[in-house]
Amino acid sequence: MDIEKDKKNGYEKRSKILGWMQKIDPWSVGFYAFIALVLIICIFPFMWTFLVSLTPYSELVEFHWLPSWATSEWYKLVLFDNPFLLYIGNSFLVAFTTTLFCIFLGSLASYALSRLKFKGKAAVLIVVLLIVMFPQITIVGPLADILTGLNLINTYLALILPYTMLCLPLTIWILTTFFNSIPKDLENAARVDGCTRMGALTKIIFPLAAPGIVTTGILVFIFAWNEFMFANTFITEPELYTITVGIANFGGRYTTAWGELAGAAIIVTVPLIILVLIFQRKIVQGLTAGGVKG
Amino acid sequence: MANVKLINVSKRWAEVVGVKHLDLEIEDGEFLALLGPSGCGKSTALRIIAGLEEPSEGEVYIGDEMVNGLSPKDRDVAMVFQSYAIYPHMTVRGNMAFPLKLRKFDREEIDKRVEEAAEMLGITDLLDRKPKELSGGQRQRVALGRAIVRKPVLFLMDEPLSNLDAMLRTRMRAELKKLHELLGKTTIYVTHDQVEAMTMADRIVLLKGGEVQQIGMPMELYEHPGNIFVAGFIGSPSMNFLQGELRLDDGVLKFDTESFSWEPSGIGERKMKKLKEWADKKVTLGIRPENLTINREKRSNAIETEIYLVEPLGSELIVTLSVGGGRVIVRASPDLRVKEGQKAFVIVNPEEAHFFEGGGEAIL
Repeated sequence: MDIEKDKKNGYEKRSKILGWMQKIDPWSVGFYAFIALVLIICIFPFMWTFLVSLTPYSELVEFHWLPSWATSEWYKLVLFDNPFLLYIGNSFLVAFTTTLFCIFLGSLASYALSRLKFKGKAAVLIVVLLIVMFPQITIVGPLADILTGLNLINTYLALILPYTMLCLPLTIWILTTFFNSIPKDLENAARVDGCTRMGALTKIIFPLAAPGIVTTGILVFIFAWNEFMFANTFITEPELYTITVGIANFGGRYTTAWGELAGAAIIVTVPLIILVLIFQRKIVQGLTAGGVKG
Repeated sequence: MANVKLINVSKRWAEVVGVKHLDLEIEDGEFLALLGPSGCGKSTALRIIAGLEEPSEGEVYIGDEMVNGLSPKDRDVAMVFQSYAIYPHMTVRGNMAFPLKLRKFDREEIDKRVEEAAEMLGITDLLDRKPKELSGGQRQRVALGRAIVRKPVLFLMDEPLSNLDAMLRTRMRAELKKLHELLGKTTIYVTHDQVEAMTMADRIVLLKGGEVQQIGMPMELYEHPGNIFVAGFIGSPSMNFLQGELRLDDGVLKFDTESFSWEPSGIGERKMKKLKEWADKKVTLGIRPENLTINREKRSNAIETEIYLVEPLGSELIVTLSVGGGRVIVRASPDLRVKEGQKAFVIVNPEEAHFFEGGGEAIL
């Protein structure tokens, strides 16, 4: 009996492998090869930085695919010999507040744009988009003037306000599409059921728009976290440096601290990766929303 | 008390008119259908009553209270939507409890009412499911349940059965009617399906282009359509319309078309007298498919036609005939043996014949 069974199993296994081999077609091989190529191109800089961050000083200036031994030197230097944690704290504060501002203002604006009938709605959306079309460098000067006038240079607000301004268009566009995809009847039902307009918004629409809100929130957070030019211009007090400016100021006047830079870059990226991984499912939902009616 | 009164209610947007000068009185406990093709303003009228839309002019009363300007939540009405509009992020229980929670009912009362309604609708097993796990029919029940638990003074239903498949729609139709009898609450039901309106409603308001065409009990609309639109909208298959002219020939009234002449004899003195007033004028003859009889042999006052198409439905035969350039549909007995291409002689039941003047208004 058992032998028979084994035979049968063996036969099934063989036929499975044969089936597999038959299923491999050149198109799908090419397809996956292409995806692999794209992935490598995308990931390479990050991997390279990661490798550099582990490379000991003696091997830094020559070319090596892999360091002969890994060092944690750079990480120690970054974390303990620099006010790195302070910078991270600053960055977090700025990015987090920007995200809150954007989500709050953006969702209210988007809701209005999505639900209310008024003249020039399309025009408003276009104008909103115009804001992000100016190269950032062209608005640094005017912004600096405004911020100086408002006495905001060297405060967190000097970053939070411009970031919010720059991120709101994206927020509004994504959330407007999102709100559009939520059937109006749900809101009508909520209002007949006993909600005010605001109640319908917070009890029904926002929970349903959560994927969109999380997605935009993360995009805004990443933008604010990574921004360098404004941070480098509007903040001159080292205590208020965000992480990007902090990293740029590593090392002395005559040397570039490659190791520290690499280490810091890795440490700074990790929170973002964790953030994205946590909310991955929501983000996918958020980016694909509107395609299929729930 | 929940009679509803609309006085001269209109709704206009920038260029579109939703409802024009609508006057309507709905009695307590009545099941009223707002019927009409899409874009006729029936949904707008319902939304005005719900408070989701403010009328451009006119007054709306629920009970004795004028509700203009009152937000939907303060009107004590419940609404069921075509898209079900159940909240995807809540369970069935959560959905049904939602309006009660908003009204600050205590937990016990909420549980009691939800269970009651769920039992009434046969969805007790589904209470802890999420909407996406439910079929269309089940979702519809949940939406109904959410309306029922409120015990509102007025039910508003906006095409609640339109998204269901045909079989389920027929079943839910009967259930809704029973439910209305059981609850006895005033119900305003919007539909584009004349069968739903005919079978469920106490009275039908037929709308077109934002204007009332006719208000009446289902059979009134069926038997005495006020104009050609009502005549064509109510009944399936639709009433046949034939263009022609009324002529007096030696004192005998005839309906003449290019291809035939028919004598509307036997319709009674009074009707005949009225018809004669329209002699020498263009009129439209309207006759329902069930009021035509097909004969294989020539008969007096029969219209000669040719069989164009035969559709057996089992219980009856739908026969399409060519008359002149037009087509006429006849509902016939399934034993009728006819073939496409044959000649057929059609007898019109004169008592059921409708005449409409050029503008479409009924003459008789």
